Amino acid sequence: MEDYVIEMLHITKEFPGIIANDDITLQLKRGEIHALLGENGAGKSTLMSVLFGLYTPEKGVIKKDGKEVKISNPNDATDLGIGMVHQHFMLVDIFSVLDNIILGSEPSKFGFLTKEEARAKVIRLSEKYNLKVDPDAMVEDITVGMQQRVEILKMLYRDNEVLIFDEPTAVLTPQEIDELMKIMKELAAEGKSILFITHKLNEIMEVADRCSILRKGKYIGTVDVANTTKEELSSMMVGRNVKFAVDKAPANPGKEVLKVENVCVKSKIHSNDSVHNVSFNVRAGEIVCIAGIDGNGQTEFVGALTGLDDISSGKITLCGEDVTKKSIRYKNTHGMSHVPEDRHKHGLVLDYTLEENMILQRYFQPAFQKGGLIKKKEMRQYSDRLASAFDVRSGQGARTIVRSMSGGNQQKAIVAREMDRDHELLVAVQPTRGLDVGAIEYIHEEIVKERDNGKAILLVSLELDEVMNLSDRILVMYEGEIVGEVDPKQTTLQELGLYMSGAKRDNGKEAN
Amino acid sequence: MGEKISFFRRPAVQTIIASILCAVLGIFIGYIILLTMNAEHATEGMQAIITNFFKFSGNSTVLMKYMGSFLVKSMPLILCAEAILFAYKAGLFNIGAAGQYTVGIIASLYCSLALGWNWFLCVVAAIAAGALWGFMAGLLKAYFNVNEVIAGIMLNWIGLYLCNIIIGGEKCMNQTKSETFDIVSVNPSAILPGFIQDFFGGNKYTTIAIPATIIIAIAILVVLNKTTFGYELKATGHNKEAAKYAGMNAKRNIILTLVISGAISGFAASQFYLTGMEHYTISASVPGMGFSGIAVAFLGGLHPIGTIFAGLFVEYITLGGQYLNTNYYNPQVADLVIAIIIYLCGFVLFFKTLVNRPAKVKVNANAEPATKSAKAEEKEV
Repeated sequence: MEDYVIEMLHITKEFPGIIANDDITLQLKRGEIHALLGENGAGKSTLMSVLFGLYTPEKGVIKKDGKEVKISNPNDATDLGIGMVHQHFMLVDIFSVLDNIILGSEPSKFGFLTKEEARAKVIRLSEKYNLKVDPDAMVEDITVGMQQRVEILKMLYRDNEVLIFDEPTAVLTPQEIDELMKIMKELAAEGKSILFITHKLNEIMEVADRCSILRKGKYIGTVDVANTTKEELSSMMVGRNVKFAVDKAPANPGKEVLKVENVCVKSKIHSNDSVHNVSFNVRAGEIVCIAGIDGNGQTEFVGALTGLDDISSGKITLCGEDVTKKSIRYKNTHGMSHVPEDRHKHGLVLDYTLEENMILQRYFQPAFQKGGLIKKKEMRQYSDRLASAFDVRSGQGARTIVRSMSGGNQQKAIVAREMDRDHELLVAVQPTRGLDVGAIEYIHEEIVKERDNGKAILLVSLELDEVMNLSDRILVMYEGEIVGEVDPKQTTLQELGLYMSGAKRDNGKEAN
Repeated sequence: MGEKISFFRRPAVQTIIASILCAVLGIFIGYIILLTMNAEHATEGMQAIITNFFKFSGNSTVLMKYMGSFLVKSMPLILCAEAILFAYKAGLFNIGAAGQYTVGIIASLYCSLALGWNWFLCVVAAIAAGALWGFMAGLLKAYFNVNEVIAGIMLNWIGLYLCNIIIGGEKCMNQTKSETFDIVSVNPSAILPGFIQDFFGGNKYTTIAIPATIIIAIAILVVLNKTTFGYELKATGHNKEAAKYAGMNAKRNIILTLVISGAISGFAASQFYLTGMEHYTISASVPGMGFSGIAVAFLGGLHPIGTIFAGLFVEYITLGGQYLNTNYYNPQVADLVIAIIIYLCGFVLFFKTLVNRPAKVKVNANAEPATKSAKAEEKEV
C-alpha cells in the first residue's frame, strides 16, 4: 500500500449554476512534491479551499494518514498540520514579520506575549531552510519575495507537514523562483509533503515528483513527471496543443507615439530618486519592453507615466502632446491604455459587477450615459461582447461580482477592457501575471495583433520568457535607471541577466 | 443561468430578515431588562411600548392625529439616516451628520424667528448651513487627510455651541422660559405648508416634510444606482485606488459627498423645526438625531427605501417609551430599553452574516468551469 498523507476522494463542489469540482480524486504521498495543474478556473483553488476548510464539498471524503477526517474550517486544517501559502498573501501589512508569523498561535504567559522564544524559533527555521527574513521589518516595507518567505515560515513555525503553495511563483522574479524551487526541494527532503498549484510547466518539470491535472472542474489524470514532457502536460491541461513561442513578423515601426525625457521620480522610502533620468521612446507598431528585477523602479516609473504617482521632473509626450502634467482622465481619453501591475489595487473595483468594471474609465462617455444616467443596456451589451471576445468566464455573466471570479479571468477582463478602449499606446505591466499557458498564448497573440494594427506597446515584465518572446526592443532597468537597450534577437538570457543585476551597463563599461 | 438562487438566498431578502431579527432581538432584550426591574409588570410594560399610540384605535380621529405626529417626528430621523447612508456608500462615515443637523437648526430657527424669512428661504438656509458643515469636513479629509470621523465629531461640538449662542440669544429665545419662541405666533410664514392635515385628524404639524422625505429617499436610490455620479461615488467607496486609476477625481468626490450628506442633514433639521412642533432648548449635548440615524441606516440595510421603514420603526419604539407606566418603572428605564433596541439595530451586518452562513460565499470562488458548457447548452436550446 502506498503511504498517502492526504487523500481527497471523489470531491464534488458546486456553486450556483456551476460545478467547480466534479468527482475529483487527489492523493498526496508523504515527502513528495505534487503539482496540481490546470487552467484558470479549472477548479484548483476550489479544491484547495475544500482541503483547507474554506468550502464544504457536497460529496467526497478527505483522509489524513488513511483515516477519514472532517475539515470544516481553516482551524481544523491547521490542527491536522495542513498549511497554505495563498496566491494573495494573507499578511497584516502594519505588523512586523515576527508578529505575522506568530499570529494565530501567539506564545503567551499569563496573557502576555512571550516573543523571545518565538523569535529564536523563527530565526532557527529561517537559517535551517535558508529563508532570509528580517523578523523586525514591517511587512508593508518588504519585497513580495520576502513576504512569501514569511508565509512559508508561518507554516514551518506551526510544524505543518502538508504544505500547499497556491501559485507561489506568480509574483516572483526569476532569481526568487530559483530560490523557492530549492527551498521546496529541501522541504520535501525533510519529509514535508507539498502540494504545488501552478500553471507553469517549467516549474513542474523542475521540482515536482508527480502531477495531477484538472480541466474545467474535472479530473484528467495523474502522471509521473519523470515520464512526461511539457507538451504532454500542456495538452492534458488545455485539451489541445499549445504553441510556446509567439509567432510574429518583424516590427514595422511608424511615428513616435510616446516620448519620455529625463523622467525622475522621488522615492517614498529613501532620499534618492527611485526613477532617475529615464529617457526613451515607443513608436507605433512596436513592442518595447522594460525588463528588470522587481523593485528597480519599474512600478514607480509606470506610476509617473500614467499619473498614479507624482513625477518630480522630466517630460512625457504622448502623440506629440506634452502630457506631463495632465490628469489620469486626460491621459485615459487621449490615447493611453493601462493594464496595471496590481489588478486588485488598481485594475478592478472588486465589489462591482463585471459589467460595471468593464466601463470603469468610460462610464461618462456618451456611449454609456445620457444626462448623467448610466445606460444599463449598453453597459450589459458591451460587457457581454468583451467577455465573449476575450473569453472572460464568470459564474453569472455580466452581473458576476468580480471578487468571485478567478484571478486569471479578472486579468482577462482588464486586458479586454484596456485593449478595447480607444488608444494609441498600451502600457501593459505584467499582463500575463498569474495566467495559464492557454491564456498567456492568447494575450500574447492579442498584443502582437495590437502592434500589427499600428499601436505602440510598452510592456513591463518580470518574466524573461515573455520579454524575449514578445518584445521588439528591450530596455533594462536597474536601480531606477535604464542601463541598457538590447535587441531580443541578438541577445541571450545571460546577457539580460547581467544587465538586470547591474553587472553590465551600456557604453561598454563593466560596473565595479 | 444563475437565476436559480432560492428566495432566501437573495441578498435583499437576507437583509430584510436580518433587520427583522435585529429588531425582534432588541425587543426581547428590552423585555428582559423590564423583567429584571419589575417582573410583575414587564409584559404589560412591553405591551404598552409596542401598542404605542394604537391604544387610541377606538377613536380614529385621535389615532390619525397621533399617527401624524409620529410621522412628523420620523422624517428628520429618516433624513439623517439617508444622509449617513449616502456618505457611507462613498466610503465615508459621516458621523458629523449630528452637527450638520445642528447647524440646520440654527439656520432654520434664526432665519424664521430673527430674520422673519418665509419657509422656503429658511429651508434653503438650513440646507446651505448643513452643506457648509459637510464641506468643512470634506475639505479637511480631501486636502489634509483628516479622518472624517474626527473632523465630524469636532464640528458637531462647534455646531452645538454655536447653536446655543445664536439661538440662545434674545432674538430667538424666550429668556424666561429658555425655549425658542413659537414660530406660529412670531412668523407664521416660516411654517412649512401643510400636507393632508385633515387626513391626520386635523394635525397641524403634518407638512410637506413627509412627501419630501420620500422623494429624497427615492432620489438617493436613483443617484446611487442609475447615475454616473453614483457610479463614481460607489467606486471610490469600494476602492479608492481603482477610482483614481480610472481617472475619477477623488478629492472632488469626497467633498461633494459630504456636502450633499450635510445638505440632507441640514434639510432634516428644517423639516422638523419649521413644523413648529417643538422648541429648541439650550442643550449640553449634540442632538441625537444624527447618531440614531447611523443605527437607522444600518437597520435599513443601507438601502434608501429600507431606511424609511427602519426610521419609522425606531421612532415608533422611541415614542412607545412614553407609554411605559412610570408608577412601576423609573422614566429612564424607557430610554434604556429604547437605547438597547436601537443599539442592536446596528448589528444588522452581523446578523446578515449569520443568516448567510450555510452558503459560505467566500473570496475567489473559482467557479467558472461549467459556465461555458452552460452557455453552449443555452445556445442549443
